[in-house]
Amino acid sequence: MQRLLYIIQKEFIQIFRNKAMLPMMTVVPIVQLIILSYAASNEVKDVRLAIVNEDHTASARLLIQKIEAADRFILVDFPASVAQGDEMLQTGEVDIVLTIPSQFEEHFYRDKKGNIQLLVNAINGQQASVGAAYLNIIIQSFNQELRSDLKMVSKGGLSPALINTPSSNWYNPDLNFKYFMAPGILGELVTILVMLLTAMNVVREREIGTIEQINVTPIKKWQFILGKLIPFLGIGLVLMTVGLTAAKLLFDIPMQGSLWIIFAYCVVNLSAVLGLGLFISNLSDTQQQALFTTFFFVIIFILMSGLFTPIESMPKWAQYLTIPNPIAHFVSVMRSVLLKGSNFWDVIYHFRVTVVLAVLFNTLAVLSYRKVE
Amino acid sequence: MIKIFIAFVRKELYHILRDPRTLAILFGMPVALVLIFGYTVTNEFKDASVAILNEANDELSYQLIEHLTASGNLKLVTTVNTTAELEQAFRANEVKMGIVIPAGFEDDFFGQRKADVQLIADATEPNYATTLTSYAQQMIATFQQNKNGSSGARPYLVSTETRMFYNPQLEGAYNFVPGTVALILMLICAMMTSLTIAKEKETGTMDLLLVSPLPPIIIILGKVTPYAVLSFIDAIIILFLGYYLFDVPVRGSLVLLLALVLLYLLVALALGVLISTKAPTQQVAMMTSMFTLLMPTMLLSGFLFPIASMPHLLQYISRIIPAKYFIQIEQAIMLKAAGWDAVAFPTLILFIMLIVLLTGAWRNFQVVYK
Repeated sequence: MQRLLYIIQKEFIQIFRNKAMLPMMTVVPIVQLIILSYAASNEVKDVRLAIVNEDHTASARLLIQKIEAADRFILVDFPASVAQGDEMLQTGEVDIVLTIPSQFEEHFYRDKKGNIQLLVNAINGQQASVGAAYLNIIIQSFNQELRSDLKMVSKGGLSPALINTPSSNWYNPDLNFKYFMAPGILGELVTILVMLLTAMNVVREREIGTIEQINVTPIKKWQFILGKLIPFLGIGLVLMTVGLTAAKLLFDIPMQGSLWIIFAYCVVNLSAVLGLGLFISNLSDTQQQALFTTFFFVIIFILMSGLFTPIESMPKWAQYLTIPNPIAHFVSVMRSVLLKGSNFWDVIYHFRVTVVLAVLFNTLAVLSYRKVE
Repeated sequence: MIKIFIAFVRKELYHILRDPRTLAILFGMPVALVLIFGYTVTNEFKDASVAILNEANDELSYQLIEHLTASGNLKLVTTVNTTAELEQAFRANEVKMGIVIPAGFEDDFFGQRKADVQLIADATEPNYATTLTSYAQQMIATFQQNKNGSSGARPYLVSTETRMFYNPQLEGAYNFVPGTVALILMLICAMMTSLTIAKEKETGTMDLLLVSPLPPIIIILGKVTPYAVLSFIDAIIILFLGYYLFDVPVRGSLVLLLALVLLYLLVALALGVLISTKAPTQQVAMMTSMFTLLMPTMLLSGFLFPIASMPHLLQYISRIIPAKYFIQIEQAIMLKAAGWDAVAFPTLILFIMLIVLLTGAWRNFQVVYK
């Protein structure tokens, strides 16, 4: 026990002595959390729009007014011809060109059919379809308005049967993206930081030669591994606390569930990640190798964690691959507990899987550590 | 001098290629990224899990449920009896949406000619909730049209004809292939170089190199050239995979594209060298490149998230991210078949960035080693 305490003490001294690393471990992740939570939004707003108006009637003006009133669009220009609109699309000046063709109003009243064209820059497919969908919603309500004007004039017959679909958004009624992103990003940042630090740790000692000194001490393998684990676990927990506080103060993220579950899960998750980090470190000869191996995993972990895109949308085989991904579980637990108030039994699945991962990774770490080379 | 330089580059190249693990990552990473982006990272929804709270239990409600699940995009996971049960299902992450069919649905529909079906979405994930709700609304609208049949007069309709330019199929690949090239080049060029030079400093071998008869500039160039070559190959691999697996074309001039890949690559290398002149150890170099290069390149370049939706401050920051301009260039040449005039402006900016970064790196270098 005494030996274990000594090695933990040694690690802490080493961490605090390194003036360059301290801010890296504390300030940088928090700044990241803030920037990312603002940046990582899939919301589509400020869609730049050009309107080619060839009709110049009252109806056309009404539609333009409606679009101007919507805050999702920036009306850049009224080009004189479709060709000019095309060019603005080509140079990237606008995202969408809307054309109201000549005789639009006349066609609408005479043929009961008016046609409006949208030319959309669709390189980013998702943004394009969401932007076009917003525009279509405005056009539909414009259509309704024209129709209700007509109804006042002519009494219609029996109206067709109707299904109303009122919808409500639970847990995040304002559809605030920061509520969704901040908890997930925090989980991700804590995991990455801890994993990178541990992965580079043992191999660093080997690279600069201090491992030899540890090898000649009577310390046991498991003590050595534990001594490496505990300080980083501590750093992870501190970062978690600071991050949660920052997220609460800055974004007012809801904390519906118990923070005890969050921290309990954090300990389990970090133990797993630390084990993986140490395992990579033991297998690497240089810090560079360790770093790139970790990186390889981290990037795959992040992209397949459900942080930015939903896991449910992935193909089945990819969904199975998210099971051994600690970040995926962390993100899910953070969101469920903080936003929905899930209790321990709701997230027990994630606890179970992560405990298995922790045991597996740490066993590998202990087995792969060769004290005597 | 050239001969010595080539010999030095060759030595460094051997050094990298000798280590199978680094090699695997150098070439495995881009391939893995393209495959992950192509096959798994998608915002569309399939098989969204749905719970149904059917208080009606009449013929019409069963028809509606049948209609909703027939498309295959909504998967009926569970039937609940109360909203409390629905809430429980939400908390345990079993379902994403609840559809509530009220008692007397059929009578309401045919009798009062008006019925309410309520949609409750788990909005922790806002976009998913929105897409899911509007999809269900559309499905219900078509159900209603089917029920009403072709009876009733033709209404006054404004129809919209939408044409999706440059990417009519709305393929995600058209967006992620250019983005992945930008990301990988930054990752390998900038991070790898910043680490290699920092390593020489940390282990003390830099001083050895600097007292050798080789001028420092040759040493630095010799260290970075292999990574430039390797990442250029990576860029080609990504474009190749994008073309053959996901049909992402290069509609404009391939020569122009590759020339500008080279320019961006130099910017990334300059960044790497700049970081390594500052960082005393590999750990510091790694953390700096990770947080100042990798994350911003992924998140502020417009690759994953629309820049227009960010707060103004971040929009300003995005202007100093080289990847933003490089992605513009790639999209213009690859997808819009644009020529030189369309990419002149972002190219100029990248060029200015390169000059500024090189000057900065050179200054730092002289401060440290003179």
